[in-house]
Amino acid sequence: MKQQRAIAITIFLVCLLNFPLLSLFNKTVFIFGMPLVYVYVFSVWAVGIIVIAIIAESKNVEETQEHE
Amino acid sequence: MNSYILGLISIYYLAFLFIVAYQAEKKSKNAKSIVSNPNIYALSLAVYCTAWTFYGSVGRASTDGLDFLAVYIGPTLVMFLAFPILLKIIRICKTQRLTSIADFISSRYGKNRSLGVLVTIICLLSGIPYIALQLKAISNSFGILTRSLLNSNILVDHTFYIVILLILFTILFGTRNVEATERHEGMVTAIAVESIIKLIAFLAIGMYVTYWLFDGFEDIYNKAKLLQAAKKNFVVENESGMSMWFWHTLLATMAFLFLPRQFQVTVVENVDEKYINRAMWMFPLYMLLINIFVMPITLAGGIIFNGQAVNSDMYVLSIPLHFSDESLAILTYIGGFSAATGMIIVETIAISVMVSNNLLMPIFLGIPASKDLINLNPSRVIQFMRRFSIALIIFLGYFYFKFITEKYSLVSIGMTAFVVVAQFAPSVLGGIFWKRGTQKGAMAGLVGGTVIWFFTLIIPSLVSSGVISDKIMTEGLFGVSLLKPYELFGMTGMDNISHATFWTLFFNIVLYFFGSLCSKQTSIEHNQAVLFVDVFQYSKGIENSVVWRGKALVSDIMNLLESFLGTSRTERIARVFATRNNINLNTRYADARFVNYSEKLLSGIVGTASARMMVSSVAKEEEISLNEVVEILKKSQELMAVNKELKQKSQELKLLTEQLQAANEQLKFTDKLKDDFLATVTHEIRTPLTSIKALSEILYDNEDIEHSERQHFLNTIIKESDRLSRLINQVLDLEKFESGKVKVAKETLNLEEIIIDSIESIEQLAKDKGISIITKIDKKLPKFEGDRDRIMQVMLNLLSNALKFTEGNKGTITITAYKQDDNLYVNVIDDGAGIAKQYQELIFDKFYQAHDQTIKKPKGSGLGLAISKRILELHNGEIWVESEVGKGSKFSFSIPIE
Repeated sequence: MKQQRAIAITIFLVCLLNFPLLSLFNKTVFIFGMPLVYVYVFSVWAVGIIVIAIIAESKNVEETQEHE
Repeated sequence: MNSYILGLISIYYLAFLFIVAYQAEKKSKNAKSIVSNPNIYALSLAVYCTAWTFYGSVGRASTDGLDFLAVYIGPTLVMFLAFPILLKIIRICKTQRLTSIADFISSRYGKNRSLGVLVTIICLLSGIPYIALQLKAISNSFGILTRSLLNSNILVDHTFYIVILLILFTILFGTRNVEATERHEGMVTAIAVESIIKLIAFLAIGMYVTYWLFDGFEDIYNKAKLLQAAKKNFVVENESGMSMWFWHTLLATMAFLFLPRQFQVTVVENVDEKYINRAMWMFPLYMLLINIFVMPITLAGGIIFNGQAVNSDMYVLSIPLHFSDESLAILTYIGGFSAATGMIIVETIAISVMVSNNLLMPIFLGIPASKDLINLNPSRVIQFMRRFSIALIIFLGYFYFKFITEKYSLVSIGMTAFVVVAQFAPSVLGGIFWKRGTQKGAMAGLVGGTVIWFFTLIIPSLVSSGVISDKIMTEGLFGVSLLKPYELFGMTGMDNISHATFWTLFFNIVLYFFGSLCSKQTSIEHNQAVLFVDVFQYSKGIENSVVWRGKALVSDIMNLLESFLGTSRTERIARVFATRNNINLNTRYADARFVNYSEKLLSGIVGTASARMMVSSVAKEEEISLNEVVEILKKSQELMAVNKELKQKSQELKLLTEQLQAANEQLKFTDKLKDDFLATVTHEIRTPLTSIKALSEILYDNEDIEHSERQHFLNTIIKESDRLSRLINQVLDLEKFESGKVKVAKETLNLEEIIIDSIESIEQLAKDKGISIITKIDKKLPKFEGDRDRIMQVMLNLLSNALKFTEGNKGTITITAYKQDDNLYVNVIDDGAGIAKQYQELIFDKFYQAHDQTIKKPKGSGLGLAISKRILELHNGEIWVESEVGKGSKFSFSIPIE
């Protein structure tokens, strides 16, 4: 379960952090004075870390038995 | 700054690392391992961030903008996929005792020696320039801080002395144990500490630039907008920028998995598979943090040094120096120094194991004279080889730096190394997910990929350093225009690295798959393929499954182990293995499982290929056919399953037996009670019967008995007969209750009436005994449903019991009745002998008297209370007693009103 969730999230992140989705944010627009594309990449990155941390640190799921 | 001071600082820093590593080793000897900690594990992975990250990121960002992040996004994504990929690789390495990427690949493809050699060479090709890159960073930063020019004379070059110290450190903490499977706890701890230091240093310089020199992110960006050169940093420029981003992310993903140093810290040094959970998010977080300030520093450098010739690779140092903040510059220097040394130490250990196991050891074993030396002190020989390899690798790195790298930026060397390491991806990933992958396929893929790498990246670098003429760049190989290194087959529009990544992987994958499909696996290859791909299925059974067949003398195998592990350890290991698997080691020929296990043990020390050579030198091996291997594996798998099932069944049986036993006990107990009951009842019946018989006999024998006496006797006989019939009635009653035959005839009853009636019927008896009866009955007690005769029976029972146990002439019996909640309560209180605590429960039991023959038997049958209890149960009521010996008893019952 844990494994499946992590894989699903990663596939989603791969899409978010690549062409063509990335190019939607590739504009000379500034948010808080920073270029949009940086704000976008860093936020997706940070959110991804938080989500994966929640999944990885959850205790109730049997992450190794799954394979056995 | 004085170069001696900075040199001293570097030496102090290394000394500090020595202490950290030494302490960690000491603690691990006392079984208080520091390394068994998920945080240390996660931090040690940050060895990924080398001097290239520390200095090069800024340089990269200033030329390619956002693209510098691709190198960190890739590892982040693959780390998120740790469960299906990393975990599997770790498990495989643990069960097979593999200690390097070379071992991994050679072991997967039939323990093939030449594959191990090839992988080792590729690792050397990527590692040595990479180490050189770190040395270059150290040297450059040193030069900038001391404002000195590089000195080509080795003896006055400070980097040379740092190299010597690094070799000492690596040898000390990297070759303590000959068994490479044993972890290097001191080294890992030192690396984790270094990770913290470089992060702090980089964040410090980042904050200094952003918040001290400038007024936050916004300020820097606003000022940078005015610069023409910075424009390209704000967006990814066109299509080719996007494709570059994609290829670089992919490249970094593979590099992260297969770089020798990453393989070392992630897989070999892993203490517990569960640590992956922490590393999965902590390591990406680390990379995010270390990258936050890269862009601000880049832009700030551009603004500050606008128009000046300052190397952007060194902005992190040049900026504090420019504002004469020397202490901050030193902190930055230390951060970069730690990034560089961390990489050099781990990379060297990883590659040295490969070089000594895959290159030196097989060559050495091939020399006939080596046998004597090996027998003399083999662990010494191995240790020497490791140490020699370490020194060799670092020196090679140093000379590479000294004579070749001068011309290149940090980035291009790093990226070139990444591309060649990525060549492992098809064989490794294919190897763990696809059983059909063969040795020939892997070999073809690796060779093909490496050749293309050499052509597309190394030849151009040789051209630009003037080794070969630049004709090849413009006209192509042999003048064929399709064979230009940067435009292979006419492919244009990509940067060199993406171009090389694409073509190397393309050829590698195609060759790997076609090679695999066009060649056959040998039995050992197939065997290993199954063990790798299905590792989670077989990891428990691997030790027990015989995938080797042949003849080897026990003494030979033991000698082999002894020479590497020492006599006492070998004996211990053999003993443990023999008892665990139920093997007799006192036979002439060794059990196949033992031979198999020994080979695995040896491969942890000398590598897969060498271990195989050594074992086959003492064993006569028979080829096992493919079908047999599959059969054996299946059987051991089935056996394990059957075993598990049997275990479960026997567990169930045990439970069932226990239940049966308990039921049996219960039955035995009830049976005994029944017997006892019968005995009591017969006894009770015999007493009146005896007296009736005796009195009748007296009357029969003596006809001249006086009339009054005769009357008395007859009266007694009648009374005893009454008692007898009452007793029999009671027994019958009780049996009726027990069998559930009794039906209560419910009618609306008045409790007060019943109490008064029952008192009336015993009043005379009480008077005769001189006992007074007090009643306290609440007025207006509600009516209830019940069987009048039965409730009357209960009352009479309690009253007659009270009368029996109350002392004559002075005792009192108190009867109270009241309503509480939805129940009616009646108490019958006497001041008689009382009942001891332990019998209070038992007296409601029909067998009570029989329970313990030592109890003083009360008068009467003792069935009255048992019957009362049944009656109340039929009315959904309860009966209980509170009593104290010598003070009297209080019998109470309750009936719900409904």
